Amino acid sequence: MIDEIFNFGQGLLSAGWWASLAWPVIWALIKVTLVLMLVLGAVTYTTLWERKVLAWVQIRLGPNRVGPWGLLQPIADALKLMTKEIVRPAAAEKLLFYVGPVMTVMPALAAWAVVPFGPDLALANLNAGLLFLMAITSMEVYGVIISGWSSNSKYAFLGALRASAQMVSYEIAMGFCFVVVIMVSASLNLSDIVAGQGRGQFAQMGLNFLSWNWLPLLPIFVVYFVSSLAETNRIPFDVVEGEAEIVAGHMVEYSGMSWAMFQMAEYANIWLVSLLATLMFLGGWLPPIESAVFTWIPGWIWLGLKTFAIVTLFIWVRSTFPRFRYDQIMRLGWKVFIPVTLVWLVVVGGWMQTPWNIWN
Amino acid sequence: MDVKTGLFYFFSAVLLFAAFRVITARNPVYSALYLVLAFFQAAAIWILLRAEFLAIALVLVYVGAVMVLFLFVVMMLDINVDSLRQGFWKHFPLAAGVGVLIVLEMAAVLMGGFRISEEPKAVAVLGQSVEQVSNTRELGKLVYTQYIYPLEIAAVILLVAIIAAIALTLRQRKDSKHIDPSVQVRVRSKDRMEVVKMPATQSFAARDAAMPAEAIPGTEKQP
Repeated sequence: MIDEIFNFGQGLLSAGWWASLAWPVIWALIKVTLVLMLVLGAVTYTTLWERKVLAWVQIRLGPNRVGPWGLLQPIADALKLMTKEIVRPAAAEKLLFYVGPVMTVMPALAAWAVVPFGPDLALANLNAGLLFLMAITSMEVYGVIISGWSSNSKYAFLGALRASAQMVSYEIAMGFCFVVVIMVSASLNLSDIVAGQGRGQFAQMGLNFLSWNWLPLLPIFVVYFVSSLAETNRIPFDVVEGEAEIVAGHMVEYSGMSWAMFQMAEYANIWLVSLLATLMFLGGWLPPIESAVFTWIPGWIWLGLKTFAIVTLFIWVRSTFPRFRYDQIMRLGWKVFIPVTLVWLVVVGGWMQTPWNIWN
Repeated sequence: MDVKTGLFYFFSAVLLFAAFRVITARNPVYSALYLVLAFFQAAAIWILLRAEFLAIALVLVYVGAVMVLFLFVVMMLDINVDSLRQGFWKHFPLAAGVGVLIVLEMAAVLMGGFRISEEPKAVAVLGQSVEQVSNTRELGKLVYTQYIYPLEIAAVILLVAIIAAIALTLRQRKDSKHIDPSVQVRVRSKDRMEVVKMPATQSFAARDAAMPAEAIPGTEKQP
């Protein structure tokens, strides 16, 4: 069906410049808009879901005034934020103060260009997809640093310093997790990584979920999940915002939509790392059991369900754990996670050379 | 002129502008950010040349890690910009001479090897079509077979640098109030607290006389 729409659009005008230049650009823009609408819709309603789950954990009701079951609450919040004034401190760096939030939200959205939603369903199915994602998400820290510095406030600046140290540290552990996954799937392409998990002894028995990467790479999965908590600055790693000590970190001087951009980036990143965890460890769009009912459900629903479960896990962790002390965050990243991933990298590498190699 | 050539000129123009602003920006933070912009344009030009692995690695290593640490340091410095700008014109002739020399040397090397007007074409490897060839895979094959010794030497040099950096900054501070978290986690309540049985009715004086000194409230053992 997608190809039919593409061909219809291409035949719309017979001029050569239309088919070769203008229509591909318009077509790409349409696809980008669709993906962005999907992501931003998910982001909007994650805020409501988070408040609901937190409320249930604390035996409260959560937002329930705007619309049925509070379903219109995110819309009301968005309207309120959009109509608010953006206040700029007098001594702030004018240009960078406004660039900061944009730099935060831009990589969070740009990363979705290479994310596959199904076997052939991606904006760009790059060969080096995972590498591209690492490069784009490593730029996330710039928005935080720039906004923290340009606000000209010591709270914002402290938040920026904490963020840069923390995000750069955990990126290393996360990178090693990627390396192990790349090694066992022998590909940087996200679709190939998912396809590789559909093969194996358990998959032949119909028990797909036992042949996914989470089981043989369990320590890596755990390290990846905790590192992604730290990368997205979520509780228990949210000393970057640390409202008890530094008010709200880099966001303290922002208001209205400029503040909302930081929130959008945070939730878009949560969805992104959850989706990556699903693709790399939980079999992506593959059904958990090879049975008629499960394979009848389309792959993107499986992908969505698994990702949603991990997003909920993020919220669950938030409602459960207290905040880490900063030196312990650094200790966990450098002295625990990096050695664990390095050792497991060698173990898996040795395992792949033995006759018991399960990844071929 | 096709789209690709137009993009090349656009990226090159932005790259030159950004590189120029790196040395002329008044604020060092802006200089660092312009350097980031320059890296990006270079990566974009490499992608035009179909070297996507190199381009992504440039962004990942330099933009994602090195420049963050640069910014980290530059932001914390309180630089007096005016004192830095003194003597610019005095040193300008020497600096310009060195710069021109570098440009000429690079041109002498590069013009000889790369005097080609055609864009590089992806070469089909045995049994695969052009689209299926992964730049990263081919690069990896070459690096780990033909260029294995240079790679190993580079790795050893980096390792030496890492160890040197740690050795230079490692010092045992006597006044450090360093705490071992695992010891803290292993502490149980009976290590810190002593529960004392006391008769319900007894005068304070009689109680103090009857009990050992460390059991009196307020004088518990400090861990």
